[in-house]
Amino acid sequence: MSEQREQRVLDALEENRRRPPKFTAPRIDMSHGAGGKATHKLIEGLLLPTLSNPALAPLADAALIPFGDNNLALTTDSYVVRPLVFPGGSIGELAVNGTVNDLAVSGATPVGLSAALIIEEGLETEVLAHEVEAMAAAAGHAGVSIVTGDTKVVERGKGDGLYVVTTGVGVADPELSLSSASVRPGDKILCSGTLGDHGAAILIARGDLELEAEVLSDTRSLIPLVEAVKQAAGPGLRFMRDPTRGGVGTVLNELARDSGCGVVLWEEKLPIRDVVHGACEILGIDPLYVANEGKLLAVVAPEVADGALEALRVVEGGEEAEIIGEVREEPARMVLMHTGFGGTRMIDMLVGDPLPRIC
Amino acid sequence: MKYVDEFRNGDIARAVAAGIASITDPDRHYKIMEVCGGHTHTIYRHGIKDLLPDQVELVHGPGCPVCVLPMGRVDEGIEIAEHPEVIFTCFGDMMRVPGSKGNLLEVKAEGADIRMVYSPLDALRIARENPDREVVFYAIGFETTAPSTALTLQRAKKEGLENFSVFCNHVTIVPPVRALLDSPDLRLDAFIGPGHVSTVVGCRPYEFMSEDYGKPCVVAGFEPLDLLQSILMLMHQLDEGRCEVENQYSRIVPWEGNLQALKSMAEVFELRPYFEWRGLGFIAQSALKLSPAYADFDAELRYSTPGVRVADPKACQCGEVLKGVLKPPECKVFGTACTPERPLGALMVSSEGACAAYYNFGRKSFEKVEIGSK
Repeated sequence: MSEQREQRVLDALEENRRRPPKFTAPRIDMSHGAGGKATHKLIEGLLLPTLSNPALAPLADAALIPFGDNNLALTTDSYVVRPLVFPGGSIGELAVNGTVNDLAVSGATPVGLSAALIIEEGLETEVLAHEVEAMAAAAGHAGVSIVTGDTKVVERGKGDGLYVVTTGVGVADPELSLSSASVRPGDKILCSGTLGDHGAAILIARGDLELEAEVLSDTRSLIPLVEAVKQAAGPGLRFMRDPTRGGVGTVLNELARDSGCGVVLWEEKLPIRDVVHGACEILGIDPLYVANEGKLLAVVAPEVADGALEALRVVEGGEEAEIIGEVREEPARMVLMHTGFGGTRMIDMLVGDPLPRIC
Repeated sequence: MKYVDEFRNGDIARAVAAGIASITDPDRHYKIMEVCGGHTHTIYRHGIKDLLPDQVELVHGPGCPVCVLPMGRVDEGIEIAEHPEVIFTCFGDMMRVPGSKGNLLEVKAEGADIRMVYSPLDALRIARENPDREVVFYAIGFETTAPSTALTLQRAKKEGLENFSVFCNHVTIVPPVRALLDSPDLRLDAFIGPGHVSTVVGCRPYEFMSEDYGKPCVVAGFEPLDLLQSILMLMHQLDEGRCEVENQYSRIVPWEGNLQALKSMAEVFELRPYFEWRGLGFIAQSALKLSPAYADFDAELRYSTPGVRVADPKACQCGEVLKGVLKPPECKVFGTACTPERPLGALMVSSEGACAAYYNFGRKSFEKVEIGSK
């Protein structure tokens, strides 16, 4: 086959990829909620074209809205986790931390949260009270208040006990300009700690797998970690994300695509707990795609990377931080990992749900 | 992690890779096929191709049981799942395999009761817990998973469970390999034999490869060092002009296989006269169905599946890509009628299929990548 013809095929694929995606699925299935490729297609093919506006367009963790001399940061998230209480946390704590974190990684200081509770008929009051207390404690810890809310009760069977929706408003730090467009080849990628703890804890807590292991969810407020990186990196801080659904692999693919740069990872630098690694091996899933609820991914200029790493490591929850990779010119718009075995592997965005393999 | 990290040691890998390089003839091109989808996964995950000399090429074989399932069988599974009384159970990686009108994930979204299980015994438990429902297990896989289906059926029979049946799509490894070897345009030098399948069938079934077709075969384990060592063993055979079946995975695979598992399979299954493989067409005696003694548990009979054949599109050239005759972008439907989202051929179904990898990563899917140092 001539190189010319191969190049034509590759060019056609590339052109196809650059076109805005169309959402063609006749119904929503579970993969549309997994945070990977199907979720992207839903957002970019169906929601974004209809709702189109400049604040939404970057699809960041929080939208920045000009307000007076400042930018307001606005974010919202819904929590549908089952079981409601899991090792290391519960839905109430998760709902507050998750929204606080979306503001924090957008460079904003939270000023207020709202909470909507969708309660299933029959939920024990004690369970609800526990979650409200967990929300209050998490909000107190993050230094923010839940200032408004809503309650709805749905019929038995129409909800998993309790769904929580939180919205957060913050004020963006005017000194920071965080975006994938600020990222440059040579920049270092920092991860504040071990990958996949939350997703693994939930999988095991559901009990469907008859797998017993002590894995705690990592749910926590990222504010102290974000502050540490901000102080240490100063204007060298380019980009931050909170790698929840879809995991670090998916977030870095988004970064590579949006920045036009390549991302290179070093497998032996990825912090992964032995027990999470073991559970993932048994289940045939990859910790790179497993959800985190208390980890910060930060891209910083090379000259401030070591300082930022040291700063993260002295903060609670950042002890196991590592520089896991760096930004390169090539492979443009892709993520490549140098494996511990001595080879390389392309890391795709999560496709579908992280389903177990049988072979 | 103990018992895993030892088999992923980069220093040992470099030493084995140097051994391979030292016996590689610079003027020769070696094509080695790994038959098993699990091996393909390991090769991708650890970047094994980057450790091999340019002259040594790995060709991914037909051994991914979900990828080779033809559309007709997926459609029939979906039809069974759509019965309102049915709880349809299957392995997770079956959920996304496309039939002619959609996949199980989409049918689940439409309201079918489809549940992912890790073992057929989970399906049996669901049947016990739901006596007023019909529980069907979608059995897939090579000889690796067939014994667990056999064991489950033996147990179901013993318990007299009437609301449990199996839609059997088990396939066997030797016939597709023989079909590949029979094709006149085959361009392969040696084979990495499947590890998990061999824990059941042993190494003897591969002797025809060396004896009748003159192709060396090494049965390999699934850690990256297992594969690298197997490649070294094959290169030694090719270098010395030997042609044998060897067992690299001797810590798990007995030469004679697992006689207990084979006995259970012989009781529960019988060979189908022929079975269709996605992208490869019909292959004689390449799949299993339930034996007459287990007919009561056969979902094909219980739901009278029509056995409809949904033809692979004529333009699909998976067979040629598998044999190493064509590169993925040379296929007529690559990237147009056949994409990872709407795959036609087996090699586009799994993200590790040669065509899907090429679609996602272009030349980087098979080129070595220089990434420099840290």
